[in-house]
Amino acid sequence: MKPKLNASNAVAALMCAALILLPVYSAATGNIFILTLFTRIVIFALAAASLNLIMGYGGMMSFGHAAYLGIGGYAVGILAAEGIGSGFIQWPVALVVSALFALLIGSLSLRTRGVYFIMITLAFAQMAYYVASALSRYGGDDGLTVYKRSDFAGLINLSDRNQFYYLCLACLFGGLYLIWRIVNSRFGLVVQGVRSNEQRMQAIGFHANRYRLVCFVIAGTICGLAGALLANNTDFVSPAVMYWTRSGDLMVMVILGGMGSLFGPVIGAIVYLLLEELLSQFTEYSGLILGPVLLLIVLFARGGIMGLLGRMRRG
Amino acid sequence: MYLVVEQLLNGLQFGLLLFLLAAGLTLVFGIMDFVNLAHGSLYMMGAYFAATFVAWTGSFVLGALMALGATLLLGIVLEYVALRHLYGRDHLDQVLATFGLILFFNDAVRLIWGPAGLALPLPAWLTVPVQIIPGVYYPAYRLMIIVVAMAVAAMLYLVVMRTRVGMLIRAGASNREMIGALGINIKLLFTLVFGLGAALAGLAGLMQAPILTVQIGMGENILILAFVIIVIGGIGSIRGAFMAALFVGIIDTMGRAFLPDLLRKVLSGAAASTAAPALSSMLIYLLMAIILVLRPEGLFPAAKR
Repeated sequence: MKPKLNASNAVAALMCAALILLPVYSAATGNIFILTLFTRIVIFALAAASLNLIMGYGGMMSFGHAAYLGIGGYAVGILAAEGIGSGFIQWPVALVVSALFALLIGSLSLRTRGVYFIMITLAFAQMAYYVASALSRYGGDDGLTVYKRSDFAGLINLSDRNQFYYLCLACLFGGLYLIWRIVNSRFGLVVQGVRSNEQRMQAIGFHANRYRLVCFVIAGTICGLAGALLANNTDFVSPAVMYWTRSGDLMVMVILGGMGSLFGPVIGAIVYLLLEELLSQFTEYSGLILGPVLLLIVLFARGGIMGLLGRMRRG
Repeated sequence: MYLVVEQLLNGLQFGLLLFLLAAGLTLVFGIMDFVNLAHGSLYMMGAYFAATFVAWTGSFVLGALMALGATLLLGIVLEYVALRHLYGRDHLDQVLATFGLILFFNDAVRLIWGPAGLALPLPAWLTVPVQIIPGVYYPAYRLMIIVVAMAVAAMLYLVVMRTRVGMLIRAGASNREMIGALGINIKLLFTLVFGLGAALAGLAGLMQAPILTVQIGMGENILILAFVIIVIGGIGSIRGAFMAALFVGIIDTMGRAFLPDLLRKVLSGAAASTAAPALSSMLIYLLMAIILVLRPEGLFPAAKR
């Protein structure tokens, strides 16, 4: 596939360049805040991109995606609390546990469709939330402080601001590349085919739910990685990252940026979190503006920001 | 034994309250095919209005009635200004827009009433315990909630099943386009149903207010419970919502009351005190997951289109 030059691709390319050059800007101006802010944004962009894989391409509206953020985070936090600080153990465990959780809830949830699917994924995420709240050994409701970031045997130092940022960015780009490869593979085409017409795909001999399930597990695993990054970023993990409003935030990022476009969720995460940050700087009541903005976007900008850019090209 | 009776009544009271919330949600969902996450905000607004009006008028009943009217009005305005443009759109669009409304309402409340919660004091005549069966006393206020909610449920049943408007509501639930084509002013009907749902949510909020504190975000937990109920009951089905609400209310209350003791009999003390709160909070979601796995369209699916 040869990428075409159009408004959306140009914006995506500019955005990637800006993300890569951000530490240079931060070092030049001494503005450390922007680097920590964007580390957070990049991590959420990865989580949103993984949600986009199942929501935008697979048509599976999961309202419990933040559960994996918590699972990945708790895998890192609990292992660290038990004295296992090596990232070579922590991170694979985070991925495997996220994948297993996705396999479990996916195989049950995928029996339902539509709103029922939205609600059952929400239910499972809420269960994960309550389990985490009950882990009194690991902080319970108050959450768990991660005193030492994952240790990669000197290969990379996560406590270094710039190195950690680039690690997050590499994970984001790696995740996006993986999603791009999946979407354009035979597997990805089947998943998208199931989204458009499940019966027809079944009729021509594809076991629709198996494809959906594998896609669901891949997305959960990627989001688990985002969770591991997030725990390292905040040095803290608490049940609140799994609360349903967090899942709502992720959904908002995906829809805001543009569902079913590769870079849409990244733009959505940047715009949503930047807007939240900017608004909170000059008003205590950011929701008074953010809320109506979301409403207006839904009313007047269907397809999110990427959709707007696509229309600019045509119109 | 007395404890069981008392907890059963608490469960019934909570279930009926949940029904008020779920009824509006399931009507709006079933008829307009509209997912309204902001329903919990209307519940919250009902409680805040009540706290304000009761303090202002000095009368609990008068303040509650005014709060009811205010929530009804708010619901109608909300529908007219924003939400009616979202009917027929993708569920996701509706989720996003109403999620935005939650953010708006939470901060609007914080701006107007401040971040601290409010208390809604009960008048003296509602604080006395009532002897329901010899030896068992039950707070009069909770008893009143049961009576009011039962009456509202019965009224709702009569309106939906026995009146012309109710007939139109049911017709709208089974086929929207058709009743529009038959010359019914479907926009007006939708506004009316939405206002009714908002008033029911407000009623639930203002009745719950004296038991819990009135605070920001109070609608969010209970909104999810209401969604669980309409999903268990089958979307669009009032009967299903009623059964599921009682079921959820009683199971949740009984679980919280008796699960810790039960667990302590099986597990060691420390393990039980860790597991019990999590398990009793999870019970409802577990129930919903099991029901959806076995019956993917809920227990009482509304008639197919």
